Amino acid sequence: MIKPEDDIHAATAAADVEEPSSAVVPETPLWKPLGWAKSNLFDSVPNTILTLLALFLLWETIPPLLSWGLFHATWSVADGSAAACRDSAGACWALMGEKNRLMLFGVYPYDQHWRPLLATCIVIAMLATSAPRRFWRRELGYAWGVAVVVVAWLMWGGILGLPYVETGLWGGLPLTMGLALLGIVLAFPLSIVLALGRRSNLPAIKAICTGYIELVRGVPLVSVLFMASVMFPLFLPEGVTIDKLLRALAGITLFTAAYLAEAVRGGLQAIPRGQEEAADALGLPYWRKMRLIVLPQALRLVIPPIVNQFISCFKDTSLVTIVGLYDLLAASKAALADPEWRPYFVEGYVIAAAIYWVFCFSMSRYSQWLERQLATGHRR
Amino acid sequence: MSDAPVVELPVVELPVVELPVVELIDVQKWYGAFHVLKDVNLSVKKGEKVVVCGPSGSGKSTMIRCVNRLEEHQAGRILVNNIELADDLKAIDAIRKDVGMVFQSFNLFPHLTVLQNLTLAPTWVKHVPKKEAEDLAMQLLERVRIPDQAKKFPGQLSGGQQQRVAIARALAMKPSIMLFDEPTSALDPEMVKEVLDVMIELAGEGMTMICVTHEMGFARAVADTMVFMAEGRVIEMAPPEQFFSDPKSERTRQFLGQIIGH
Ligand SMILES: Nc1ncnc2c1ncn2[C@@H]1O[C@H](COP(=O)(O)OP(=O)(O)O)[C@@H](O)[C@H]1O
Ligand SMILES: [Mg+2]
Repeated sequence: MIKPEDDIHAATAAADVEEPSSAVVPETPLWKPLGWAKSNLFDSVPNTILTLLALFLLWETIPPLLSWGLFHATWSVADGSAAACRDSAGACWALMGEKNRLMLFGVYPYDQHWRPLLATCIVIAMLATSAPRRFWRRELGYAWGVAVVVVAWLMWGGILGLPYVETGLWGGLPLTMGLALLGIVLAFPLSIVLALGRRSNLPAIKAICTGYIELVRGVPLVSVLFMASVMFPLFLPEGVTIDKLLRALAGITLFTAAYLAEAVRGGLQAIPRGQEEAADALGLPYWRKMRLIVLPQALRLVIPPIVNQFISCFKDTSLVTIVGLYDLLAASKAALADPEWRPYFVEGYVIAAAIYWVFCFSMSRYSQWLERQLATGHRR
Repeated sequence: MSDAPVVELPVVELPVVELPVVELIDVQKWYGAFHVLKDVNLSVKKGEKVVVCGPSGSGKSTMIRCVNRLEEHQAGRILVNNIELADDLKAIDAIRKDVGMVFQSFNLFPHLTVLQNLTLAPTWVKHVPKKEAEDLAMQLLERVRIPDQAKKFPGQLSGGQQQRVAIARALAMKPSIMLFDEPTSALDPEMVKEVLDVMIELAGEGMTMICVTHEMGFARAVADTMVFMAEGRVIEMAPPEQFFSDPKSERTRQFLGQIIGH
C-alpha cells in the first residue's frame, strides 16, 4: 500500500531529476540561501569584491547606529534636566518627551496647546475617513465643511470662549499640515485649469498658461515665497495688509500649481483624440466633456506624478521659515534653543525627519493603493 | 345659420417639397496647404440613406466629420436641418444634439460602464431624469441585442459588442440623422455581420443615414444613393442599381472592380 507521503516524495524527487539544467538545484532547504548567495553575490570576482565591500560598510555603520540609537540611548530624564543625556554615549530621545510640545506647536500659547492638538487630530481623522473610495459621497463634503469651520475656530479662537490667537503665533505640525493641505487643495484645480489652458486652441489663453508655467518652473520656491511676502504687499493699496501666512500659502499654491499642471498635462496627452471627439459628437459642452470624460481618465493615469508633487509640496513647506513662519522643522530647531538641550540637535532633526517621513510615506502608500483601486474594472 | 353658400375651392396639386436635412454646397477644406475637400456637394433628404465609398485618404471621413463640426470647413456652406454650420456655437450644439455619430474605433468611454456610456449624454446634455435615461438605455441595449452587458466596462466586450454599444450610445440622444465612419473596418470578420444587422434594422426604421463603408452588400441592401469620392472630390453620385451596374466614371469602375473583385 502506498502512503500519501511517499507519493509526494516520489513526485518531488521526479521534479528534481527533471530539472538538471537549472544552475542551482536546491538539495535541502538549508542550502537554498547559500546557493542563492553563491549564484548572486559571489558568482564573479567583481561581484565578490562588491559584496565584501558592502558587507564591510554595513558592519561599519549598522552596529554603531544601533548602539547610539537603541542600546545606549536615553529615553527619559528626571525633572526635565538633560544631565542623564550628558552622561551617556547614546542618543538623547528624552528630548522628545521634554520638548515635544514646542516642536509640534511652536510658539502657539503654551496653555492653549490642546487646541492645535485637537485641530490636528480632527484633520488626520478626516483624512483617514476620506481615504476609502466608498466614502466618497456628498456627506463627506459636508463633513469636511464642518471640520474646516471647527479647525479654524480652534486655531484662531476669538469667539465662543476661546481666546484669540493670531496666525503669527501658529507653528509646528499644524502649520506644516495646514500649508501643505491647503496648498495642494488650492493648487490642484488651478493646475487643471493651467494644463487645459496650455492645450487650448485659443492663442491668448495658451500663451498665458504656458508663460505662467514656464516662468514659475524656472525659479526656486524660495524666491516665489520672498516675492509673495515682500513684493505682493507693494501692489496692495495703502493700509491693506494681507496675513503673512496667507501670503506664504499663496506662494506655495502658485508654485505647486505650475508643477502639477505639467503632470496633469502628461495625463491629458495620453487620452486618445477619439474620446474627446465622441464627447463632442454627443454634444457635451467643453467643461462637461473635460469633467466627465477626459479628466477622470487622464488623472488616474498620472496619480504617481501627482502624488510625487503632493509629497514635494509637503516637504517644501519647510521653506516658509525664511519668511518668518515656524513650520515643523523651524519649530523643532527653535525648541533646541534651550542651551541645556542644544547638544542634542541631531536627535531633534531625526525626530522632525521621522514625522515628515510618516506623512510622505503614507501619501505614497495611499497613492499606490488608490491606483490599484481605480484601475480595476476597465482593464482590457 | 348654416345656409352660407358652400364655396368649391379648386384643388391644387402642390408638389411635395422635400427639404434636404443635410446639405453641403461647394464645401472646401484645407489641412494647411493640403486641399482635402474640393467643391463637395451633397444633399440628403429625410429618411435617405447615403453610402459613401472611395479609396483611403479620399476625404470621406473628413466630409462626414464636417457635418457635425468635428472638422471645420473653410469655404462653402453646410446646412443641417436648415441650420447653417458656422462659428455660432449654439447652432453647433443644436446640430450635435440631433446628429449621432459612430466611429471606426468605437470610442466608448472606458472608465464608464456600458449603461453609463449610454446615459451620460442624455442626462448631461438633455437633462433627462436618471431613471428615464436608464430605461431608454436598456431599451436600446435590447435593440442592439446586448442587454446583459449593461453593467460591464467596454474593455470587457468584444469589438462587435463595443460597436453595437456605440450605436446605442448615439441613439440614446434620439438623433434624427446618423453618421457612420467605417463602423465595421476595425472588426474581426466574424463580427461584421452583427453590427451591419443592427444598422440595416435602423435603416428600416426610417433613420436618415450617411455611412462611409466598403461593405457593398450592405450598400446594395440599404442605400438610396451611392457616393464615390476620390482625391477630395465627389466623383460619382447615383442610385445603387445604376452605381453598381453602370458607373459613369472610369475611376468608379476601377474602384468597384478592386473591392468587389476579391
Ligand atoms: N488632421 C489632419 N491633418 C492633416 N491632414 C489630415 C488630417 N486628417 C486627415 N488628413 C489627410 O486628409 C486626407 C483625407 O483624410 P480622410 O478624410 O481621413 O480620408 P478617408 O476617410 O477617405 O480615408 C488624407 O490624405 C489624410 O492624410
Ligand atoms: Mg476614414
